Formats: sequence, structure tokens, C-alpha cells
Amino acid sequence: MIPASFDYVRATSLSHAIGLLQDDPDGNKLVAGGHTLIPTLKLRLASPALLIDISGIDELRGIEVADCIRIGALTTHAELLASKPLREVLPIFHQAADMIADPQVRNRGTIGGSLANADPAADWPAVVIALKGELELAGPTRRRRIAARDFFVDIMTTALEPGEVLVAIHMPRPNRGAKFRYRKIRHPASGYAVVGVAATLCLRDDIVSEVMIAITGATSRAFAADSASTHLIGKPLSTENIAMAASLTGEQAECLSDHYASADYRKHLVKTEVSRALASLNGA
Amino acid sequence: MTDTTAIRYVGQSLRRREDFKFVTGKGRYSDDIKAPGMLHIAVLRSPHAHAIIKHVDLTVAKAAPGVRLALSGTDLAGKIGSIVPNWIIPGTKVPDRPVVAIDRVRFVGECVALVVAETQAMAHDAIGLIDVDYETLPSVVDEEAAIRDGAPQLHDNVPNNITTIYKIGGGDYGKAAREADQVITLRVANNRLIPTCMETRSILAEPNVDGSLTVYLQSQVPHMHRRWIADTVGISEHQLRIVAPDIGGGFGAKMHLYPEELLCPYLARLLGVPVKWWESRSESHQSTNHGRAHTEALEIAFRNDGKVLGLKVETLGNVGAYLSNMASGGPTVNTINFGTGAYKIEHYEARSRVVVTNTVPVDAYRGYGRPEGAYIAERAIDAVARHLNLDQVEVRRLNFIQPADFPYRPYSGPATIYDSGNYEGCLVKAMEAFNYDFRSAERDQLRAKGRYRGIGVAAYTHMCGMAPSRRLSLIGFNRGGWESARVSVDSSGRVTIFSGSMSQGHGHVTSLAQIAADVLQIPIEDIDVVQGDTRQVQAGHGTFNSRSMAVGGSGVHVSSTRVVAKAKKIAAGMLEVDEADVSYQAGKFSVPGTDIASLKFGTVARMAHVGHQLPDGMEPGLDETVFYDPKGMGAPSGVHMAYVDVDPETGIVDILDYVAVDDAGTIINPLLAAGQIHGGVVQGIAQALYEEVSYDADTGQLMTGSLLDYAVPRAEHVPSIRSLFQETPSPTNPIGVKGIGESGSIAAPPCMVHAVLDALSPFGIKHLDMPMTPPRVWSAIQKARAGADR
Repeated sequence: MIPASFDYVRATSLSHAIGLLQDDPDGNKLVAGGHTLIPTLKLRLASPALLIDISGIDELRGIEVADCIRIGALTTHAELLASKPLREVLPIFHQAADMIADPQVRNRGTIGGSLANADPAADWPAVVIALKGELELAGPTRRRRIAARDFFVDIMTTALEPGEVLVAIHMPRPNRGAKFRYRKIRHPASGYAVVGVAATLCLRDDIVSEVMIAITGATSRAFAADSASTHLIGKPLSTENIAMAASLTGEQAECLSDHYASADYRKHLVKTEVSRALASLNGA
Repeated sequence: MTDTTAIRYVGQSLRRREDFKFVTGKGRYSDDIKAPGMLHIAVLRSPHAHAIIKHVDLTVAKAAPGVRLALSGTDLAGKIGSIVPNWIIPGTKVPDRPVVAIDRVRFVGECVALVVAETQAMAHDAIGLIDVDYETLPSVVDEEAAIRDGAPQLHDNVPNNITTIYKIGGGDYGKAAREADQVITLRVANNRLIPTCMETRSILAEPNVDGSLTVYLQSQVPHMHRRWIADTVGISEHQLRIVAPDIGGGFGAKMHLYPEELLCPYLARLLGVPVKWWESRSESHQSTNHGRAHTEALEIAFRNDGKVLGLKVETLGNVGAYLSNMASGGPTVNTINFGTGAYKIEHYEARSRVVVTNTVPVDAYRGYGRPEGAYIAERAIDAVARHLNLDQVEVRRLNFIQPADFPYRPYSGPATIYDSGNYEGCLVKAMEAFNYDFRSAERDQLRAKGRYRGIGVAAYTHMCGMAPSRRLSLIGFNRGGWESARVSVDSSGRVTIFSGSMSQGHGHVTSLAQIAADVLQIPIEDIDVVQGDTRQVQAGHGTFNSRSMAVGGSGVHVSSTRVVAKAKKIAAGMLEVDEADVSYQAGKFSVPGTDIASLKFGTVARMAHVGHQLPDGMEPGLDETVFYDPKGMGAPSGVHMAYVDVDPETGIVDILDYVAVDDAGTIINPLLAAGQIHGGVVQGIAQALYEEVSYDADTGQLMTGSLLDYAVPRAEHVPSIRSLFQETPSPTNPIGVKGIGESGSIAAPPCMVHAVLDALSPFGIKHLDMPMTPPRVWSAIQKARAGADR
């Protein structure tokens, strides 16, 4: 359809954007790639008075791979897919970006937009949780960092406060030998995750020294499968241990049900996909 | 057939001559057409499945910026006629359908009011300001629920929500059931689909200074649209020009009469300015007709060797809230007449009831009724093979109609006749291409290792190009079965074909020219094709029912033949020889065995135009028009095979291979024909695995309101399709062609269902409804496992 009319300002700096957002935190909306917001406007499910276009703010751009890894919020899925330095250190970004929608969407959609929107079926929330990422938020009076696992509160709800802007995602450089896997069962229409699993794993002498599993799509928000990690640490990645980790993750998930997929089906997918993700890392 | 000549285009895989404009972005679609000063319509649609309209308040909307006019159904009552169906099965109770609802709405999406404004955005803003007072009523969306006692009633003149009861059959099913070794029952469903055209609908109506009206419309049937709009809006046909420009897909959805197609012409005349309406994708989901939506109860009587003796069918066809254009014909004639499929089932008893519900109207969608009919036959045969644990190929062989049986009247019935075919030939060709024996062994080996592979087989036949005209009145089909073709030769010998067929991506500019070029024996570059403008094309019925080559193409062949015959007479006069001595070869008229210099086609054409030297009594010109009325209908047939792998943990079906062997008679252009098969198979796979419109049973709300919920397949969802042809020419027309456009969507759904059932046979799963989505497949496996545990 056609959106209701709105005003549009292209923000020149982060403080400019924050200032405009602060003017009316309920009525004004940030727009970057626009891949969720614009359809929402077209369906007239939202009618913001002002769109603040942040796509010209340099501070929100770029992929930096150093002792830490910083990804600017405006980084597109396509840039994450294409970045060679990032792929060398954290190949899971390439794996996940490759499964997001199609090239047209990947060329416009941004990781920051995806995280801030907190669609329960989006891919990046699971990835940044599994990587123990931190999200850098800038507000009117302060900057702060929040662990990714604490950022997602509920369906389309995050820890962002009124007037705050997501600036970047920070991740520690992984240990040498760390392995990564993103798996996803796509909804046939939307391409979103019915269930998505992000897993990182370190083995030392065939014993799990570090592991982190995060799930998206299954529940109202992406979550870290702590019980599975706790079970696996210090143990070999045997078929039995994988099965137990998968089962523990499934039990932890309070799954969503909709007219496409039941909660039971999602729970089974969580177990299956966790099991397959871990198995694929065994000896990989 | 054409004479033997040096030039032969029919049978060549010519690339589409029309593609250059499309791939360079130069196509001209109806929404590309703008008229100076045009106004825009936005339609307010019902949010309720069933409700009484108590009051429509337009006051605020009328005062909104840019609004020229705001109207409710009451304002329009008596100004435009009701929308009446064009195919009415005898005995049908036709509910009244006003263009805009007056006092009651019957589906989510029904037009309630409209605004005409200066811009599209203003019109959409203003409809949000219309205040409608509704009193909601109980609704019913499911065809089985709609005919139960106490179900909400939609129309006073349609008791029990049944508009039509239609019966067909032959032999004695009761006797067959008594003599059979076994009788099984099966309930099958044909899921409701949205005919997702790449291009949504849009209409521009432009008044002309002479009082006539031009309507730009994506029509598969421009001359039919001219008649329907003229009849309903009250304009004479000659004052109405329909222009159908390039069309981004039709699939049946663009051959019906919709409210917006009447509103734009009416308002353009009322206001004296051009008026445009454009449909968004989500609007399309609730305003453009849906397809399929059947349930069928089958009873199958058979011998233990797999021979089917009798079949009994009870069809319920859900047609939505009103009878759309062809709606009473689809679930009846088009479905159950074909319920015995490619098989010799002599005792057949079928009844179809057409049911109204609180949903978007349902009408023709690629195959219309024939996919549902083939599904009946195929699911029945497959159930017998599965029940008896016999090879699915052998059971089909045992029951096939044999080549010597043609022309064949299934179940000795009155209405259906298959002109020709060789199903065994298609089967053998498919098995070879598919490597059936190797694949069967591979499947069995993998099964032993816990992998679930399956092979699906489906055979089909149906009839294309509804004709002849005189027989159509018997079934209430209120149009002719003919097609017109004018072959007009200019004074240089170049040719323009004016065809009543209407391409919506089919490639007629190429295929019709191929037919003409062979008869006229001139280069295809010298032939143009004009379609889709009622002021240029003399008459026509358009494109549906896979009729364009069989009927439209035959018409082009006949007109071209007449052109050559006349030209030959002229040439004989010019050469001063007897006509019988003139030979026409490779574009030249000559007198074999003499040294008389030959005449080029262009030279004779010039003579026809100047008229200086014509045989006595001959009119000048070289221009032939035919209204070609076929003597019968061709029956395409085929066998498709699919190879799938099912992941029992996720329920995901992976299609490893798909082979289609289709017999559409003579193939004009194998490349375009394969393209038709590819498209149809993709839509068939989509029905089998992905697509389903769902409604909330309690509220009647459309749950699949956008492409976020309604799964149209992407490239990743479909396999590489291998299309092969067998050519058994049809004796019913001069070029031997049958139809091709619908074959893929007819064969693919049962083929896919059978493949998945074969893969899941170790679980003892005997039936799955479409779409076989991963959650549905997984649930069936879980259920089977739980049953096995008990």
C-alpha cells in the first residue's frame, strides 16, 4: 500500500540523530536499511511523524578486525558476507549472512537494524549472543555497552532506552582453533528462521574447553543455551554428549506456536539443529 | 499440415522475438500508462468476513485534501449493474453481487466504499477517514462446514450455501462395488491458492473526446472484457476500446470481471477525466480471485490385481462469497468430468456441489478443475497400488486407456472425449529418462540405511480449447469456442497477424508467427503479431484453457492458407497459366517444367493491392480473416516422475529430480513449450509443498495476507526440471496441436504427493494433504511413530 505522510531528515551526525530522536521518542523513528520499517509504514501499521535517516553517519559504519572486532551498526548483510578479514576470524558472519533473504535485501538491510528491531526470528541476535558480543549504545547523556544476551527482552523489544541509538557491535577476538557454525531452517515464505542455531566451540585435546550455543526463531527472543554449554564443558564431543546438549537446549526453549509451525515442531527443530550444528563442528 | 518447403519454422526452438523489450526494461505494462489529469481510486475493503453494513459515513473523507468524490455502495446502487457470472451451469442459483457492497459484506476484502482523489496517496489517506458501522454476523470459511445444518447462510436465494449440484457418470458403480474384491475410501483436498502474478492488477479508464472510452486493462480476454464491461456499465461495445498491454502473468486470474474493472470506466465517464486504480500485493491477496479450494470424498472399487472397476466421487467446491465469472463450471464440468483421468474406469458416479463461503471468490487458476480432476484419478490409482502393495507403474499400466481406444469416451459418458494419445509411450519415455529401475534400487538400498527417498509418478489427460461453440450452450458457457485470426498482407508482401488470442508471457509473437511463416513460406522477420487491442483486433475470446495454439494457432493456419490460395490464383493470372499448374515454394510462385520466370510473394501481394491484373470477379487485397470454430477438442496427456529425499527430523522435502514427459500433439516451439511445462510444474510443486491460503475458522480473517506468510516458491525451492515431449498429433485441428499451458500444474501436485508418500511408506503413512510443509510432514511421521510404539 502507500504509507501515511511523514517528515524526513537525514541526520548529519550521531548527536544530531539522538537529538531528533529525543524530540519525540515515541513518534520519531530511525531508518537505516528500512527493510522492516518501510513495509510496516506501507501497511500503515506504523505512522511515525518523522523518519530520521542515519545512513549517512560515518561513525556507524565499518568492520574493524583487531584485538577486538567492531562492526558498525550500519554494516549491511552484504558487507558482512563479503568481508574477508571478518571471515578469517569469525566465519560465522559469512555463514549467517549467506542465509539471510536474497541479494537485494542483503544489499540494503543492516545488522544494527536487525538487532534493534529484535524480530524473534532474525538471524543476527543468535550470532552476536553466541560470540559473546557487546552492543554499544549512545544516548542523550551517556554511552554504554550491554551484553548481547541481555539486550533482547521480548518480541520486538530490546534494552534500548528512549533516545538511544545502537552504534556498534563489539566482540572479543576468538581463541585460535575456535570453530563456528550457523544453521537455520527457513520459513518458506519469509525466509526468516523457524529455528536458527549459532554455535561456537573450542576443543582442547578433544575436550570441550569453550562452547556457546544461541537459538533464534524458536522463542520470543534469541537466547543462550547455558544448560547445554554447562553440560559440554570439560567433556568430549561424543554423540551422547551432543544428544544431551541438544535435549537440554530443547527443554530450555519455551517455543512459539503459529499457524505455520507448532511449538512441538520448533522444539524438535531446536534439538535437531543443535545436534547437527555440534556434530558438524566435531572434527571440522 | 504445411507443404514441404525449404523454410520450416514449426518445431524449431526459436527464442522469443518479444524478449528484447522485456529484458531491456522496455515492456509497457498497464501501470506504466499515465494519462494527463488522471485521478486515482482507492477502495475501502471490509475488515469483516460477514457483517451488516448499518451506516457508511463519508463526510470526513469527502473533506480530505485532494478528494474529488467518495461513494458507498448505496450511492452506486442502480448506476452500475451487478457482476454476473459468464458460465452458469444449468440449475445454478446465482447470488446477487453488487459492485460495491450495499447492506452486507460477505468476505474480508469486499469493496465497501471508494474515494477518487488527485493522487494515489491522497486516495489512500482518505479511505482511512471513512467511518463504517458494521454489525458482525457469524461466518463460515470451510466448504464442509458451510453445508452443515445451522451453518451461517450467505444468500437468501442460495439455501444451504449450495449454488449448484452437478452429476456425471456412466456404467453402474453399485454393481462394480459389489463385484470388486475390495473397496476403499479416501478424502482428498485441493488447497486454496493465490494466483500470484508478478504484476498485480491495475486499470486506467480514459474518456475520449468523441464520447468513447479507452480502458487499459491486464486482460487475458480483451474482447470478453469489452462485452462484460459494456453490458454492466451501460456503454455500447463499439464505444469501448479495451487495450491489454504487456501482461506480467495471468494464470486465469486476469480473465474474470472484477469490481474495479467496472468502477474505473464508470467513474471516468461520470467525471469526464481518466481514472486509475492500482492494486498492492497485500490488497491483491484479498481482492483478486483465489484458485482450487476443493474437498473430495472418493470410493474406489478394485480387483486384487490392481484393476479399478469403479469410482465414486463427491466433490465440494468452495467458490467464496459470490459466483465469480466461471465459478460454477470449475468444480463441476471441469473437475468431475475428468475424474477418471488417464484410466479406463468404466463405472463412474460423481456428484459435485458448489458451495459459497465467507471468503474471497474462487475462480479459474491454471488448469481450472483439471488439476482437481487429475488429482482424483491419480490419488485413487495410487491408493490402490499402495493398498495392494503393487508397483505404482504397473497398476497404472493395467488401467491405462490404450492407443487403440481413441477416440475414447471415458465411462461412456456424454460430455468427455479424448481424441488421441499414447500413455504407455509417455510412461516408457519417462521411465527411461528418469532411470526408474536404477532409482528404485537406489531408493531401496538407502531405505535400508535409514534414508527416506521416494519416487512419484503421475499420469494425466484433459481437454483444451472449449469448443465447438454450439455445444457450449448445453453447459451454460456463455461465449463461443472459436477464435479469430486475420492475416493481412501489405503491398510489399509483409504480414501482420491480428489474433484474438492474448499472450501474458506465452510468446505468441513468436509461436503464431512460426505457424504463419510455414504456410506463407516467408521469413518470420516479415511477420508481425498484434493482440490485445479491441480496436485493432477484429474479435476474439482470448487465452485460457490452453487454447491459444489449438484454436488461435489453427485460425492463423487457416487464414494463412487462404492467403496463399488467393495469391496462387493471382499469380496464375499474372503468369497466364492454369492455377493447377502453379506451384508455391519458398516464397515463389512458379510453373514447374517450364522456363516461365517465377513470381515472388511480394510481387503478387503488390498486384493484389493495385488490382491491375486480377482474375475476373476477384476482389483486390490480400487479407483473410477467419472465425475458426474447432470441430472438437484436443486431449493432451503425459507422465511425470519425481525423486525426493525426506528428512524425517525436519520434515523437509528435497526434490532431487523431476522428469516431465508431455504429449501436446505437434509442438510449435519446443523451447516455449518446455517453458510452459517449467512454469506449470513450478506452480504444481508450489501447490504440493508450499502454497496454501489459510483463513481463521472463527473470524474468517485471511491469515496469509502477504508474501511474508504465503509461500511462493523461489529458485531455491524447485529443482531443475527435465521436460521431454511425445508428439501424437491431434486429429481435431489442422496443425495437430493440443494444449500445453496447464499440463505442468495438473501433473505436478499428485506426482509430488506420490513421491513423498513413497518416501514415507516405511512409516506406514498412506495419505498426506497438500501443502506437504515440513511441519505437516514431521507431524505425520511423529504420529506414525507414536502409533508404531503403541
